[in-house]
Amino acid sequence: MSIKETVSTALSRWTGEGGAESDVVISSRIRVARNLADFPFPHRLSEEGAEQVLQAVTLAVKSTGGQDAKELQMTVMSELSQVERQILVDKHLVSPDLLENYKQKAVVLNNDESISIMINEEDHLRLQCFLPGLHLHEAWSEVNRIDDLLERTLDYAFDERLGYLTACPTNVGTGMRASLMLHLPGLVLVNQISGVLATISKLGFAVRGLYGEGTEATGNLFQISNQVTLGQTEEDIIAGIVSVAGQIIASERSARQALYRERREHIEDRVGRAWGLLKHARIMTSEEAMRLFSDLRLGKDLNIIDTIPGHLITELMIATRPAFLLKIVGKELSSFERDVKRAELIRLKLSEA
Amino acid sequence: MECERCKQRPATVHLTQIINSEKKTMHLCEPCAREFQAESFGFVPQMNLHNLLAGLFHYQMANPFGQQEIPEGEKCPDCALTERKFAQQGLLGCGECYRKFANRLEPVFRRIHGNNRHTGKVPERTGGRVKIVNEIHKLKNSLREAVSREEFELAAEIRDQIKDLEKKLGGEELNSVNQGNS
Repeated sequence: MSIKETVSTALSRWTGEGGAESDVVISSRIRVARNLADFPFPHRLSEEGAEQVLQAVTLAVKSTGGQDAKELQMTVMSELSQVERQILVDKHLVSPDLLENYKQKAVVLNNDESISIMINEEDHLRLQCFLPGLHLHEAWSEVNRIDDLLERTLDYAFDERLGYLTACPTNVGTGMRASLMLHLPGLVLVNQISGVLATISKLGFAVRGLYGEGTEATGNLFQISNQVTLGQTEEDIIAGIVSVAGQIIASERSARQALYRERREHIEDRVGRAWGLLKHARIMTSEEAMRLFSDLRLGKDLNIIDTIPGHLITELMIATRPAFLLKIVGKELSSFERDVKRAELIRLKLSEA
Repeated sequence: MECERCKQRPATVHLTQIINSEKKTMHLCEPCAREFQAESFGFVPQMNLHNLLAGLFHYQMANPFGQQEIPEGEKCPDCALTERKFAQQGLLGCGECYRKFANRLEPVFRRIHGNNRHTGKVPERTGGRVKIVNEIHKLKNSLREAVSREEFELAAEIRDQIKDLEKKLGGEELNSVNQGNS
């Protein structure tokens, strides 16, 4: 996919099908932070320095060879419009950080957008792999492979004792963050969610909203990730988060089953209402849409509604973000116009399904 | 008007508080107002990692008499980052900062990670020696486990592997020392 296609569609590898445990786990992401040995970290870097980092990474990407070199495409952030840059954030391909002072910042994407390499973010490189469902091991092996290819050309800042050196000491060591996006409507409905989240944080994992640090959990979506990066191997970190995820998945499923068993009419009513509103409403705020998408997804997973594929709901979640609506219409919209456009897009997509 | 808290963004929220019948108005930007309100209700919804970290470092630097002024502290010879700057931002400036501020960072690592030694991936091309050291470390752990399970054949095998690796390492070390002398 070229960058122009990337910013014109809500579809991405991670929004697609083929994910394990996809009734609870929306997506898996592995990200590693890497820095070049001979440059200060990006926030202490001069413009010329940042340009040199960009050049060095460009060369390394080209030198990966084979299919990778063919597929990996670099885009400098300044080539994109503000709306297009925001779309990359909404698709989780870049972090909001890459939008600030974007002059020497860039992103490298492969064809299906499962690989993204941010350049000159908080660290010189942030390499990530993003897959649908629970596939952290696969995501790590892909990140590991690309990381090795890049390291043939780049001299990483690496210390024998401390591992990969990063701008923020919270990332030092493996530089790795493994995270899962989880849909937990059952635990929210049975009022168990705060207990579960508190336990997760006690075990040393971070819980966040959909768009990272400091964001709220909308649409019953939660991100969990490791906090410790030093003193554990990558495999240990992944095993830890997978085992915690296993517990959460099991409790989410039993919460859903209990709800469906004991409050069947209420759940069916909830799903039916969501379905009706999404198919017929004419004005839809993004908060309402996210809430209804969550109900609809629950209905799909409980087989109350069987005509909606899960990946369509994920796609709609992104396609109804403000930046996407702007891109479709091609002009500035007031928030009311946006809500009208959002309702129209949802009606259209659901009638096609 | 700029926000009186972060002194960066424009102030768009004007909060008036009455404490002990004294009226006080604050001019804040939206993010600061949100944080301020959360704080005054006694909780911070999502602690900002950088601030938390900077706090840890700052705490060590502050003198026991509770003086608020952060001293400039030492300076990184490579990127000129000062300890004060790090305490404010929570970000280090370059790889050399890790060596320069090693003593001060040590407790920070222990607090965040509960550990101070990397055991994960080592770069293929530049980290050859480290790779062997870590491999030996790992094998020694499995050796201990094998012995505790009384699997002595396996233990012997592992011991031989460790010996091989140590020979490799010893050889290299010797080489590098010789090079150093010549």
